Amino acid sequence: MQYALLIYRQPGAAEALSDQEREASHREYLELRKRPEVTGGAALQPAETATTVRVQDGRTLVTDGPFADTKEILAGFYLVEAADLDAATELAARIPAARMGGSIEIRPVVPPDPAP
Amino acid sequence: MPDNPGAWLVTTARHRAIDRLRRDRVLAAKLPLLASGPVAEPPMGETVDETPIPDERLELVFMCCHPALAVEAQVALTLRAVAGLATEEIARAFLVPAETMKRRLTRAKSKIKVAGIPFGIPAAARLPERLGAVLAVVYLIFNQGYSNPALEPGLAAEAISLGRVLAALLPAEPEVLGLLALMLLHDARREARFDGQDLVLLPDQDRSRWDWRQIAGARDLLDRALLDPARRQGPSARGPYALQAAIASLQTEERLDWPQIAALYSELADLTGSAVVRLNGTVAITEAEGPAAALAIVDDLDLPGYQYWHSTRAELLRRLGRPAEARAAYQAALDLAHSLPERRYLERRITETS
Repeated sequence: MQYALLIYRQPGAAEALSDQEREASHREYLELRKRPEVTGGAALQPAETATTVRVQDGRTLVTDGPFADTKEILAGFYLVEAADLDAATELAARIPAARMGGSIEIRPVVPPDPAP
Repeated sequence: MPDNPGAWLVTTARHRAIDRLRRDRVLAAKLPLLASGPVAEPPMGETVDETPIPDERLELVFMCCHPALAVEAQVALTLRAVAGLATEEIARAFLVPAETMKRRLTRAKSKIKVAGIPFGIPAAARLPERLGAVLAVVYLIFNQGYSNPALEPGLAAEAISLGRVLAALLPAEPEVLGLLALMLLHDARREARFDGQDLVLLPDQDRSRWDWRQIAGARDLLDRALLDPARRQGPSARGPYALQAAIASLQTEERLDWPQIAALYSELADLTGSAVVRLNGTVAITEAEGPAAALAIVDDLDLPGYQYWHSTRAELLRRLGRPAEARAAYQAALDLAHSLPERRYLERRITETS
C-alpha cells in the first residue's frame, strides 16, 4: 500500500536545535529519503512563507499564511510503499520530528484508477 | 466458543507459518463477515482456497484491538467479530442506539481496510504494548458487564471466554493469565454482589454464595503468573493485572491481610501512576491504619469528577463522625452515578447517615 507520512512540527523546533543537532537531523531525513520504501517526498519552507488561495464566484482570493491556524505546522512529507499500517508506522517512527515534539500523520494514498 | 481450546494451540503454531499472502486473502474473506455473522463460522465462497483454520482468533483479536482504532471501536469490533455478538446486543450493552453502533462498526471496518490495519500477530518488539491494548479491551468488556449485570448478563462471561482464548493461545504471558485470574475472581462473587436490586459490598457478602471452585482455578492461574520461578524475572514481572488479581485473591480470604493488600495497592499505584488505583488502596489503608490516615490520602488525590472519590470520602467522613460532610459527599457521588444499583445504594446511605 502507498502511504503519505505528513510531518508536523512545533514552530521554532528547528531553531531550538544546536547546529550539530540540526545537521544530524537533516542527515537522518536524507537517509530516510534513500530507503527503498520511500518513493517520494519533500521538505517545505516555513509556514510564514505560505499563501492560501480560494476561488469564490470566479474571483481568485489570495491570503497570507497557511490554511489551517493550528499549533503544529506541516513541514514536509514522504510517500512510502509499505505492506500495512504497522510497517508504515515503523517508518514514521524513524522521522526525527516524531521524537522532537512533532507528530507524523499517516494517510493511505488513494490508489490510482485502474487503466481502462 | 469452540469446544477444544487445546486444538487452537496446535493450530496456532501451524498458522504462524502461513505466508502473508494467504493471510491477506483470509482477511479479505473475513471483512464482510464482520457485518453479517460470527467470524468463527467458516468463510463462504471461493475467496479462500484452503480449509479455514479455526484458530485465527488471535490474529483477529490483534486486528480488532489495533491502537489505530478508537477504543470504543476496538471494543465493538472485538465483541462483534471475536465474540460473535449481534450489533443490537452490543448497542444495548453500551447504551447506544443500534444505528450508532452499526455506524461505529462500519467506520472501523472501513478504516481497517483503507488504512491497511494488518491481520496478524505483531512483531515481538511491539507485542507487549499491543497485547496491553488487547487486555485493556477485554477488561473493559468485563467491567461493562460486571457493573451492569441486569443490562447485559452475558458480557462478563464473554470477556472471560475471550480471556480463556488468550490464555490458551499465549500461555507464557503472565499478564494474560493475570487478567483471566482477575476476571474469574471478581466473577466468582457475582451471586453475592446483589440482594435483589441492591448492591452488597465485599465485607457484607455471603461467602457461601461465592464460587469457590472458580476461585481455586483463578488462584492456580495467578500462581502461574506470579510464582513460577521460570517466569519471575524481577519486580517488573509483576504486571498490573497480576497485581490486581493478587489483591482480589487476598480479598477472598476469611481473615483479610490488610497491610499486605495495602502494600499491593501501593505497588500497583506506583506501577500505573493512577490516582484511581491510589484511591482504591485507601480501603485497605482504612482497615490497616484507620480512617483518618485514609482520608488524608483521599483528600490529597482530588478527583472531583469521579463518583468513587466522593463515595470513598463519604464513607471515611461517616466513620470519622462527620455526618454532614459525609452526606454532602454521598450526594456528590449520587450526582455522578449512572448504574441503578449504585444509585440505590447511595440513596440508602444518605438516609442512613445522620
